[in-house]
Amino acid sequence: MEPETTEKTQVGTRKAEVVTPRIEWEYAPSRESTDIVEVADRYELFIDGEYRKPKSGKYFPTINPATEEELAEVAEAGPEDVDAAVEAARAAFEDGWGRMPGSERAKYIFRIARMIQERSRELAVLETLDGGKPIKESRDVDLPQVAANFFYYAGWADKLEYAFPGFRPEPLGVAGQVIPWNFPLLMLAWKVAPALATGNTVVLKPAETTPLTALAFAEITAEAGLPPGVFNVVTGAGETGAALTGHPDVDKVAFTGSTEVGKLIQSQLAGTEKRLTLELGGKAAHVIFDDAPIDQAIEGVVNGIFFNQGHVCCAGSRLFVQENIHDFFVDKLKARLATLRVGDPLDKNTDVGAINSRQQLEKIRELVEAGVEEGAEIYQPPCELPSQGYWFVPTLFTGVSQSHRIAQEEIFGPVLSIMSFRTPAEAVEKANNTPYGLSAGVWTSKGSRILWMADRMKAGVVWANTYNKFDPASPFGGYKESGFGREGGRHGLLNYVKHTGGRS
Amino acid sequence: MTLTSTRQAILPDRLTNSTLTSFLRSVPPVDEVAVTERVASLSTRSIKKESKAHALRMAVTMMDLTTLEGMDTPGKVIQMSSKAIRPDPTDPSIPSVAAVCVYPAMVPYARQAVEGTSVKVASVATYFPSGQADIALKVEETRQVVEAGADEVDMVINRGAFLSGDYYRVFDEIVRVKEACGDAHLKVILETGELETFDNVRRASVLAMAAGADFIKTSTGKVSPAATLPVTLVMLEAIRDFWAATGIKVGMKPAGGIRTAKDAIRYLVVLNETLGQEWMSPDWFRIGASSLLNDVLMQIRWLETGRYQSPDYFTKD
Repeated sequence: MEPETTEKTQVGTRKAEVVTPRIEWEYAPSRESTDIVEVADRYELFIDGEYRKPKSGKYFPTINPATEEELAEVAEAGPEDVDAAVEAARAAFEDGWGRMPGSERAKYIFRIARMIQERSRELAVLETLDGGKPIKESRDVDLPQVAANFFYYAGWADKLEYAFPGFRPEPLGVAGQVIPWNFPLLMLAWKVAPALATGNTVVLKPAETTPLTALAFAEITAEAGLPPGVFNVVTGAGETGAALTGHPDVDKVAFTGSTEVGKLIQSQLAGTEKRLTLELGGKAAHVIFDDAPIDQAIEGVVNGIFFNQGHVCCAGSRLFVQENIHDFFVDKLKARLATLRVGDPLDKNTDVGAINSRQQLEKIRELVEAGVEEGAEIYQPPCELPSQGYWFVPTLFTGVSQSHRIAQEEIFGPVLSIMSFRTPAEAVEKANNTPYGLSAGVWTSKGSRILWMADRMKAGVVWANTYNKFDPASPFGGYKESGFGREGGRHGLLNYVKHTGGRS
Repeated sequence: MTLTSTRQAILPDRLTNSTLTSFLRSVPPVDEVAVTERVASLSTRSIKKESKAHALRMAVTMMDLTTLEGMDTPGKVIQMSSKAIRPDPTDPSIPSVAAVCVYPAMVPYARQAVEGTSVKVASVATYFPSGQADIALKVEETRQVVEAGADEVDMVINRGAFLSGDYYRVFDEIVRVKEACGDAHLKVILETGELETFDNVRRASVLAMAAGADFIKTSTGKVSPAATLPVTLVMLEAIRDFWAATGIKVGMKPAGGIRTAKDAIRYLVVLNETLGQEWMSPDWFRIGASSLLNDVLMQIRWLETGRYQSPDYFTKD
C-alpha cells in the first residue's frame, strides 16, 4: 500500500508550530538538606593511610560554584608530597597488596562498595556542593554508578585468570591517576576500582575545583581497613598532576581530561616504560533520522547535551537532523528547552545546575560568542538565573556549518550545535568529520540502519535510541584525539595487568 | 459524517481504510524504553508544601468518581453522588469532584442526585466494557444515556476492528457515537491494556481525536494494565501534536489503578511538563478512580493539621 503522503497527512511530522507548555503550577523549593555533610575548614593530603600537612605548606580554596562561597581550603601537593605518596604506594604494593590473594583484595573492595552505598546521600550532597551538578543527578546517577563500579570490579578480583584465559595476569605496581571535575567520584571509581582489583596501588590527583569527594572517599578506605598506602590522594592543580604523571616510580598513568593536557602527558611519558591510558575530549554526533521516535529523540537530545550542564566528554554536542524533519524537530526541541529547570543544584527539582568554575564559564561564553559572530542562529529559552554563582542558559545554535568553531571545538557546556543532513552516507561523513571519536548517538526505528550506522561511525560508544547510558560492565573509551584504552568491563582490567606469568 | 473542518485537516482527502491506514503509519513511532525512562525521571519531582496542597485540591476537582459494577444499585449511586458533591463533610472548603461515572442504567439516579450542583454525570456506553455489539446498538445506547441525563459519554473503541486493521470502522463508529452524543462530551476509551504497544496507543489516539473525541481515555478499568504513567505520556504527546497541527485541544483521562495521592500528583507532573497550564483544569484533564478520593482527602488533612488521621474519619460511600 503506497501511503498518500500529502502534506496534511503528516500529523506528527510537518505542520506543527511551536507549542510551548506554559507552566504556572510552580513547584515549591524542595532543597536537599546539607546537614548530613560536615565540610571541614581545611583538608590535608591523604598519604599512607593518614592525613598529612603538605610539605609545600600551601593551600588553595575550593568553592561552591552555585554560590561562589568558599567551602574549604585544600592542601596543595608539591613535588616532595607527590614523592611521599608514590613512596607509600610503592611500599604498600611491595608489602603485600600486590601479592595478596584476589579473594582477600575483593573483601576490601566489596566493603568499600557497601560503605559508599551507606553514605551515598552524604556523598551526593558533597558532590553537588563542590561541583554544582543537580542533586537529582548526583543522587540518581553518580552515586549508584560509583557503588556499582566498585561492586563490579570487586567481583573480578579473584577471577582474573578467567578474564584472560591462558595467562596469569600480574599487577603493574603503582598507578598514578588524574581525574576531571565533571564526575569527580565516578571517575575516581572508574580508575580506582579496577586498579585495586588487579592488585595495584594508587596515587590519585583529583581536579582542583572538586577535591572534596575524593578526600571523603579516602576516609572510607581508612574506615574499611584498606592497608595504608594502597590508596593515596594528592590534591592540587596541573603542576601536581604533572609531578605525579612524570614521577619515575609510577608504573601506570591513567588520565581523564582535556585533549590538550592528554597530549602533554603523552609526550612527557614518551620513551619511558610507563603504561598510559587517556580518556580525552569529544564532540559527539547525535544523528536523528526522519523515522525516529520523535518525542523520545527529543528527550535523548536533551539528556545528551544538558545532562550535567553539558560537562560530559561524551555529550551529544553536534546534533544532525535529517533535513525533511529539521524545522519540526527544532521547534519541538525549543519548546522542550523552556521546561528545563535551571538553578539551585541542591533543589531536587533542578534539571540544570551551575557551571563548574568561572574559568569554564568564560570558555563557554567565548565559544558561544564565536558562534554568534560566525553567523549561526542562537536560541535561548526565557530563564531566570540566580544572581550569585556561575550559570549558563541552555542554548541551541541552528544554521551551524561544519566550519564553525562551535561545530569543531569541545564547548563542555550546555550548548548544542544543530546541523542537517540528507542521506545516511552524508550523516556518517559529517559525524566522522572531527578530530574526536568518543561517542555517538543514532535515532531511527529501523534496526538495520542502527547497525549500518554503528559500523561506520568512528566512536568508542554508539548509543542507539538512547544516550548517556553507562554500565560498569561496558567498556568506554575513544578513537583518534579522544584517547586510547578502554575503561569499564573486562577491557578495563587490561590497563592494569601484565602477562609475565606465561601460561598458568 | 460531520466533522469540524479543522479536525479533518489532518486526514487524507478521500477517506477509505487504505488511506486511513497510510495516514496512521505517518504517526511517529514510540520508543518504549525511552518513554519509561522519561516518566521515571518525572516521577522523581519533589512536590512539597503549597505546591502539594494545590495539586491535591486540583486532583479532587479533576476526579471522575466511578462505580462500574454488576452489583451497582440506585442506593450505591446516590450515596456516591453525595460524596462527589461534598467529598469531606467536615471540611466544606474541599471542592466537589468533576463527575460521577456510572453504567447506563444508573444514569437517572445519578442525574437526580447531582442536580443543581457542578458535578457532571458521565455514563459509559457503547456496550462497555467490551464494545462487542453492532454499531446501531451502540448508537442507540448513546442516545438513551444522553436522553437520561448524561453530560458526558465514555465510549469504548472497537479494539477487535483496530487490531485487525479495520481502522475505518473504528473511526466511523466514533464519528457516529459523537453524532449521537449531541451536546454531551465524548470521552473515547482506547483500552490501552488490549492495544498493548505504544505505537498502537499513539495511532489509536490520533484516530480518536480526528474522529471527534473531546477526551481520550486510557482504560475501562476492567483490563490490566489499566492507566499507567508511560501510556498517559504517550497519549499526552499525541494530544500535543494534534493541538499543534489543528489548534484543537483534546482532554485526557487516565482511568483505573490510580489509588494514591502520590500517584495522582505524578500524573499531574507529567501533564504539567508535557502540555502545561492550558491543560491543568477539569475541562481538560480527568482522573477516573474510585478509591483515590479518600487518600487525597487524607493527605490534604495531613498537610493542614500535620497529623495523619484514621481512615475511619473519612466517609466510604
